[in-house]
Amino acid sequence: MEKNEQSMATIYVMGKKHSVPADLTIMKAMEYAGHQFKRGAGCRGGFCGACATIYRTQGSYKLQGALACQKIVEDGMYIAQIPFSPAEKKAYDLQALRTEASTFLEYYPEISRCLSCNTCTKACPQDIMVMDYVQAALRGDVVEASRLSFDCISCGLCAVRCPAEIVPYNVGQLARRLYARYVVGPTEHVLEKVKEIKEGEFDGAIEELKGLDRKALQERYNSREMRV
Amino acid sequence: MSGYPEYMQESLKLVDKTRPERVGKSFRAMTADEKTKILNDYHPDFKLDEKRKLRIGTSAGELMPHEVADILEAHPIINPGDIDLTDITYDVDVLIIGAGGAGLSAALLAQENGIAPDEILMVQKLRLGDANSKMSQGGIQAADALDDNPAIHYLDVIGGGHYANKPELVEAMVKEGPDVIRWHEELGVIYDKLPDGSMQLAAGGGTSRKRMHSCKDYTGLEITRVLVDEFINRGISYVEFTSAAEFLMDDRSQVVGTILYDMDSDEYKIARAKSTVLATGGFGRLHIQGYETTNHYGATGDGIAMAYHAGANLRDLDSTQFHPTGAAYPDQIVGQLCTEKLRGRGAQPVNKLGELFVYPLETRDVEASALIRECYGRDNGIITPTGMRGVWLDTPLIDVINGEGTIEREFAAMLRNFNKFEIDIREEPMLVFPTLHYQNGGVEINARCETSVPGLLAAGEVCGGVHGKNRLMGNSQLDLYVFGRRAGRFAAERAKKASVGRLTLNHLDRYEKMLADAGVETERRAPILLPEYRGERTLEHQIRLL
Repeated sequence: MEKNEQSMATIYVMGKKHSVPADLTIMKAMEYAGHQFKRGAGCRGGFCGACATIYRTQGSYKLQGALACQKIVEDGMYIAQIPFSPAEKKAYDLQALRTEASTFLEYYPEISRCLSCNTCTKACPQDIMVMDYVQAALRGDVVEASRLSFDCISCGLCAVRCPAEIVPYNVGQLARRLYARYVVGPTEHVLEKVKEIKEGEFDGAIEELKGLDRKALQERYNSREMRV
Repeated sequence: MSGYPEYMQESLKLVDKTRPERVGKSFRAMTADEKTKILNDYHPDFKLDEKRKLRIGTSAGELMPHEVADILEAHPIINPGDIDLTDITYDVDVLIIGAGGAGLSAALLAQENGIAPDEILMVQKLRLGDANSKMSQGGIQAADALDDNPAIHYLDVIGGGHYANKPELVEAMVKEGPDVIRWHEELGVIYDKLPDGSMQLAAGGGTSRKRMHSCKDYTGLEITRVLVDEFINRGISYVEFTSAAEFLMDDRSQVVGTILYDMDSDEYKIARAKSTVLATGGFGRLHIQGYETTNHYGATGDGIAMAYHAGANLRDLDSTQFHPTGAAYPDQIVGQLCTEKLRGRGAQPVNKLGELFVYPLETRDVEASALIRECYGRDNGIITPTGMRGVWLDTPLIDVINGEGTIEREFAAMLRNFNKFEIDIREEPMLVFPTLHYQNGGVEINARCETSVPGLLAAGEVCGGVHGKNRLMGNSQLDLYVFGRRAGRFAAERAKKASVGRLTLNHLDRYEKMLADAGVETERRAPILLPEYRGERTLEHQIRLL
């Protein structure tokens, strides 16, 4: 499926110049140029955050962030990957925590240094309001911190850009777990069904199905009641 | 403004035009006979020239795709003569290979079942949590609704799998579904709920109840990141960018750990273990029949190759899952997943004339076949600038049916990923075509996750038998946690009484002999560990001087 005419772009991978097809993503362009990823590639679909990349375009002083698998190359682009950020994740026992501001301050006290500069938000390739969720955590508002941080893929770009050395994605993870565990809590009908299963309520029905031959099973399947 | 080229606009207008009359309408579901016919005529699995019978080993004679047979009819990557088995780097009770949903669950449960965190070792080719598990969008099945139960779920799984599933595995999976959801919520997974506090449940292809639990369209991401967080909290040992290369065995024919390959330093290390859990996932990156794939970079089928070298039984590898809706446009995201939940919430597959041509929630194999027929059998597809064919998936219907804001709320990932290419899926449909998605078959296990080789347990996509010849949406997510937890529990149980004999790599010599005896002459080596996407010029001019 080669195109007849291919327009090319010049990119600089850690300073080294390459000519690559202009419609490739940064990831595919780097492969085209001869890189085999060990670090810096993951799901290749924007879900895992393994391919955090910073870049600058020609004539601009701005350092920008992107996911290499999602961003198309631009002519004159300078590229460096940041496949790992040496950020600290605190260990905690979720079952013994409280949903209070002090919980966040105990594990991540550096959030009180937030300058509200919004650099994290600008760095986020997912367009998440990062600063706003860090501020929500500071207030102890787990609902808001959880909601705003939900689409985070922990690529680490916010953490490497933060002048206050905050690791926002770890704060967001703590907020979301607190929210699910303590604000939402378990679901009644799930607990009920777990109990019924444990008491063996459906064992007979499953045993019966297991005992059917293929033809009988097929009949049962084709005539099953659809409630969707 | 449209995100599609000028020449597609006429067809897009037809989709817009027919949308109002398609609201609330569906398409007749196929009869059993119609399903059999369309699978035979159009499903990639039924193209016999794309397959061959495996020539060697315990599953010799089984039909499988050439790409899978190629990695099984290949030399082991380790030469036993290069390895010093007396120099042991890691010596643990439970070794887990692969840090996706199944491996992480196994680690947590091994610890809960009495194995100390430093007596568990997780090894992972890439990073913790880097796996297909994380990419799952649409949801996870579990029969916990009031009008649902595990027996109803059981029938859906068996029928969907064309009655080829291993019953004891299906039973284990459906009965533990609700408990997996309970476990997740206790660990802090945020599931989508209705205002009354009950689960928001959707239908999937082939489900007879609404049974799909979701976390927006980041379901796998949400669950995996919680498990990774908990895994780190518990202080369980792990090493990243270190791949299992081959199993270690002992003089009692047990699997007793692996030879590890450090991807940074190229050195090998020996990890000895009383129980070994294989959780390496599937083979999407083998690009069966040249198909694009939804899969993670690391999905190279390593587990089936390694396990086969050790003598494990394989099953159902003749069957591969093609997800009906992979992106067909734009070219940058071709093959990437457009979640089945889109159809679960009302999106319809529509041809170039704006016509709905199939019931949107047939099982995946049937739905995929219908899309292929529409494009190639009936010539009703759209041809992309790169020559690919696709049909429309009419996403704007979702907001029409469920109210404005639904797409934004429930499909954040899809909206974001297409917006990057100036396609607003609230206004315009997606262009889709089937894409390689899942390894239906794999290493055979029993309900205790034991393989046919003592000491080797397995869980997740690397296994076969749970889903028969076709997996239903949301059942792989469930499979991961049900069998991951079981593998952890039974691996711990085993480690408490097992002992390790004298280490050997004789199984690799035996494998070489089998290849030679069968007349397999090849330079292929497996497991391959990473897919090859480098440019042609690089590969042609490669030399190694350092």
